[in-house]
Amino acid sequence: MTEFVQPNLIPALPEIVMLVMTCLVLVVDLFLPQEKRGYSLFLAVATLVLTALTIIAVAPVDSISSFGGSFLLDQMAVTLKLAICVITILVFVYSRDYLTDHDIYKGEYYVLGLFAVLGMMIMISAHSFLLIYLGLELLSLSLYAMIAFNRKSLAASEAAMKYFVLGAMASGLLLYGISIFYGVTGTLNIDQFAQVVNDKMSENPIPLAFAMTFIVVGLSFKMGAVPFHMWLPDVYQGSPTSVTLFIGTAPKIAGFAMAMRLLVDGLGDLYADWSQMLIVLAVASMVIGNIIAIAQTNFKRMLAYSTISHVGFILLGILSGTATGYASAMFYTLTYAITASVAFGVLILLNRRGAEAENISDLSGLNDSNDCYADLLAIAMFSMAGLPPTVGFYAKLSVLQSVVQIDLVWLAVVAVLFSVIGLFYYLRIVRVMYFDKPLDREVTIKQALDVKILLSANGLSLLGLGIFPSGLMAYCVLAFS
Amino acid sequence: MTIGLSHYLILAAIMFSISIAGIVINRKNVIILLMSIELMLLAVNLNFIAFSHYLDDLAGQVFVFFILTVAAAEAAIGLAILVVLFRNKRSINIDDISELRG
Repeated sequence: MTEFVQPNLIPALPEIVMLVMTCLVLVVDLFLPQEKRGYSLFLAVATLVLTALTIIAVAPVDSISSFGGSFLLDQMAVTLKLAICVITILVFVYSRDYLTDHDIYKGEYYVLGLFAVLGMMIMISAHSFLLIYLGLELLSLSLYAMIAFNRKSLAASEAAMKYFVLGAMASGLLLYGISIFYGVTGTLNIDQFAQVVNDKMSENPIPLAFAMTFIVVGLSFKMGAVPFHMWLPDVYQGSPTSVTLFIGTAPKIAGFAMAMRLLVDGLGDLYADWSQMLIVLAVASMVIGNIIAIAQTNFKRMLAYSTISHVGFILLGILSGTATGYASAMFYTLTYAITASVAFGVLILLNRRGAEAENISDLSGLNDSNDCYADLLAIAMFSMAGLPPTVGFYAKLSVLQSVVQIDLVWLAVVAVLFSVIGLFYYLRIVRVMYFDKPLDREVTIKQALDVKILLSANGLSLLGLGIFPSGLMAYCVLAFS
Repeated sequence: MTIGLSHYLILAAIMFSISIAGIVINRKNVIILLMSIELMLLAVNLNFIAFSHYLDDLAGQVFVFFILTVAAAEAAIGLAILVVLFRNKRSINIDDISELRG
């Protein structure tokens, strides 16, 4: 009889705090009357703040692992988890007025959102295949429910069904790959797995490469890389904008972490094989994403295709296979999430009862009615397009640098070329806002003070990070040193 | 003939392929999609159990328990979404689910 070893719970303390507080929100929300729903929001934000503080408190100097090596808290995990908490706070605050206006101001939104955050945090810290799968499913299941949240909307339920079927298929592919990994190496722990792969590589590379293909396909489904991107535009367009805001920001960070854990930590020895696959995926994402985005008239759908092209850039950073490449991909992911939260944050404010603003034409003349929000959206568009002095420029530059460093100059040229094509549809938004005639109907934006302050700070942070990127970049570099 | 590891793996691979085909080719009914997803997870479970027995290692069987639990939750959410979709659309025909395009 072996003795039961008490695992070290300290590295998982943020997750434990999060889980306890989420259950608290769930119960408290049950007893709140509708007019006091604001307390749920307050509690949800308090949960995230508390979790963020716990993350800072337990942040290790180097890295600690626990639960038999299946849970790892390192520098990357600390930074990414903090970013997810901050972005989710923004998401919750921005979406309040939208939820009220669409009669879906319910506590479930916050509870599901918090469970999704918990899933993302587990994904980020996971260092065994089992934990990655469980974190991923906790995230995905919460998202399916959140998309179908507005149950009277046909588009939302359709988007939820599509996301559900394709998401479940992606999980299945990922699991099939993992099962073959398990059969070949006999372990589920990523450290031991990498060790066995290193030892047995020359013996039987075929099953490993076979399983790796499933892993890469599953990963690119989840991240939304071409040719596995079909769900993304439908989900962005169909979901309530508050949910699009959430899906478009925080889960990207978790997707990046999953790619790092699986490909770099686990399959680092097979770099030569998976980097070839990622090159194809990255180029296809940048080409298809940027070109199809031009044809879109729906703003949410356009942003979906723009996301696809940004995923291509993130993959570029990962496939370079160097510490600087990983750091630049991480920087890109974080700043993309911040940029997207500004863009969707402004869009969500334009959505009003009886006056849905989803099409690009709905933005026309926004500068005349609400110049402040037009400016913020313009900054976000410049950042996505990668124009200096916004942060998108620096993010693109550092990714391109890392690609050039490994002598893939042609890849960098392709990336730049399609960024220039992308410039067209980003600047079209700016043109519509500033130079087109305003719409006949009055666009009044209800301006809650907290939303105003947070959104402005969020928008200005794009400029601030663009001019002084070294602070955030230092954390990204630290994560891979 | 004794039944060995490879037989289980081949069976699992066939089940997996059938489920993928069920998702990709099927143009009739959403319920069949949900069944295909379950079949896919069961194929993976079979893989895990076969490897677990072959390697004499328990981790694979533990993984199977987790997959079963998650599959149950997934089926619950999938069917709930299906009910919502049917209420809005009055149909569960895949060809009718084409509101979002572009």
